[in-house]
Amino acid sequence: MSVPFLRKRQSIIPGFGLTMGFTLAYLGLVVLIPLSTLYLKTASMDGQALWHTITSQRAIAAYKLSFGASAVAACINTVCGLLVAWVLVRYYFPGKALVDALVDLPFALPTAVAGISLTSIYSAQGWVGRLFAPFDMKIAYTRVGITIALTFIGLPFVVRTLQPVLRDLDPEVEEAASSLGATRWQTFVRVLVPTVLPATLTGFALAFARALGEYGSVVFIAGNMPLRTEIAPLLIMTRLEEYDYKGATALAVFMLSVSFLLLFGINMLQRWSRRHQEVGG
Amino acid sequence: MAMENNATDTPAPIPAVIPQGPPVKIGEPLFVRCLLIGLALLFLALFLFLPLVAVFSNALSEGLGVFLTAIADPYARAAVRLTLMTTAIAVPLNIVFGISASWAITKFDFFGKSFLVSLIDLPFTVSPVISGVIFVLLFGAHGFLGPWLSAHDIKIIFATPGIILVTVFVTFPFVARELIPLMQSHGSDDEEAALSLGASGWQTFFRITVPNIRWGLLYGIILCTARALGEFGAVSVVSGHIRGKTITMPLHVEILYNEYNFASAFAVASLLAMVSLVTLALKKFAEWKGQKEARDHAAYVYQQES
Repeated sequence: MSVPFLRKRQSIIPGFGLTMGFTLAYLGLVVLIPLSTLYLKTASMDGQALWHTITSQRAIAAYKLSFGASAVAACINTVCGLLVAWVLVRYYFPGKALVDALVDLPFALPTAVAGISLTSIYSAQGWVGRLFAPFDMKIAYTRVGITIALTFIGLPFVVRTLQPVLRDLDPEVEEAASSLGATRWQTFVRVLVPTVLPATLTGFALAFARALGEYGSVVFIAGNMPLRTEIAPLLIMTRLEEYDYKGATALAVFMLSVSFLLLFGINMLQRWSRRHQEVGG
Repeated sequence: MAMENNATDTPAPIPAVIPQGPPVKIGEPLFVRCLLIGLALLFLALFLFLPLVAVFSNALSEGLGVFLTAIADPYARAAVRLTLMTTAIAVPLNIVFGISASWAITKFDFFGKSFLVSLIDLPFTVSPVISGVIFVLLFGAHGFLGPWLSAHDIKIIFATPGIILVTVFVTFPFVARELIPLMQSHGSDDEEAALSLGASGWQTFFRITVPNIRWGLLYGIILCTARALGEFGAVSVVSGHIRGKTITMPLHVEILYNEYNFASAFAVASLLAMVSLVTLALKKFAEWKGQKEARDHAAYVYQQES
């Protein structure tokens, strides 16, 4: 099988045609063709109707909630994730290996399981929700609950992005700062934070992107009231259940395009981060 | 508070020569450390540990009897069967793809390589719900292929094939993205040596490449399997929710939960949670083995060179 536009390096290793052919065919069938249907379908739709669906009041409320809650969750994750990564890299305490392994739990635990579990904890009868109930504060079925679920789902991204960067930090830089009279806090703010900034931003963007599309863990705790606690992926789901495929497609195209822009941004950030580290290290 | 304490800390002495003893102390005072560790653990306890404990506690809240009944329920067993079958089809397909893609990408040079790598990562950026939507648009009754499929009496959406397809889609990058950096770091020297000594391509692959990448491969398979077993959003879109037929384990959990059958919902959920704990343990093991082998390899190369 020959792939004309690909230039093969002179190599004695066999299998280029076979593996490249299979890779491209499988990628095309499983990913590219299905994804392109979304844009094809949109192209066949009336522009005005499309615009109307994307900018309807209910859709705008859903975007606001999705972007807002995802941003807040990603901020919480950035601060707490930096703390967790720092503690895991720098300090020793009993049970550290176990804690380190548990950080990946949101990747491993099915989202629906996480969703019902978080709801049971933060509802008015739940372990944590009960503590807030006397003050008339509801967590589950409100925006706070949505933010908590999105924080859970994005947690590993920041920690796992920062851990290797913190581990590779050259202690000599901190020693130099300290020997030149900087306090520990000054060293942290002026030396460490600028060094880990690109990786921190990457972690933030990854957590934000994941939260934006998240469905399973949020849908149980969200309450799902149109205009108030309805996230964008849920609105797409609702449109599908109403057999409003055009509406669902329009919303999906908008959200997917945002995701692609984010992905592009993340790639840029990662490139910057790598250069930054090479120059700094 | 932390600042004050740090300010009174005397700066570490400047080492005139490379210190022989322990390195210069640049850490935080003990109580700041304890405070930071405490805060980090509190955050993790609230967000990670508590949800995990809640699954098992809720599962057993109405006694072992209810737990066992929920698991032995015929609908639950049908859901387990469908989930296992879906995983058993989706994961091997993506393993073959992952190996093939990483071979093509790391063993040869060609134009557009980094673009191809980004395309492979694409499914990770697509929201689970949207992953479902694209397959409905392609194979659904009003989709591009819908009329043709219904004319030939083939059902994909709201049937098992659709569930398998979306699962393949959402788990698509896992194996490839583990293997590509690993095979890149290994290079092609070992394979080239084997080939020039007369080994065939397949022999080289099975005897040289596979042993080199086995822990990374296992790592990718574990992540792929975990996601395939637990996928909810995408499967929910294409499933059609026919009890006993197109209900996977996560969907079964949802149905039980929405029927206020909480103990049963958590019982089935606890099975999935147990699988995820095994996943974490296996993942840690594969990571540890992979790192150990990389270290041993580096030490061996160093020995050979010196």
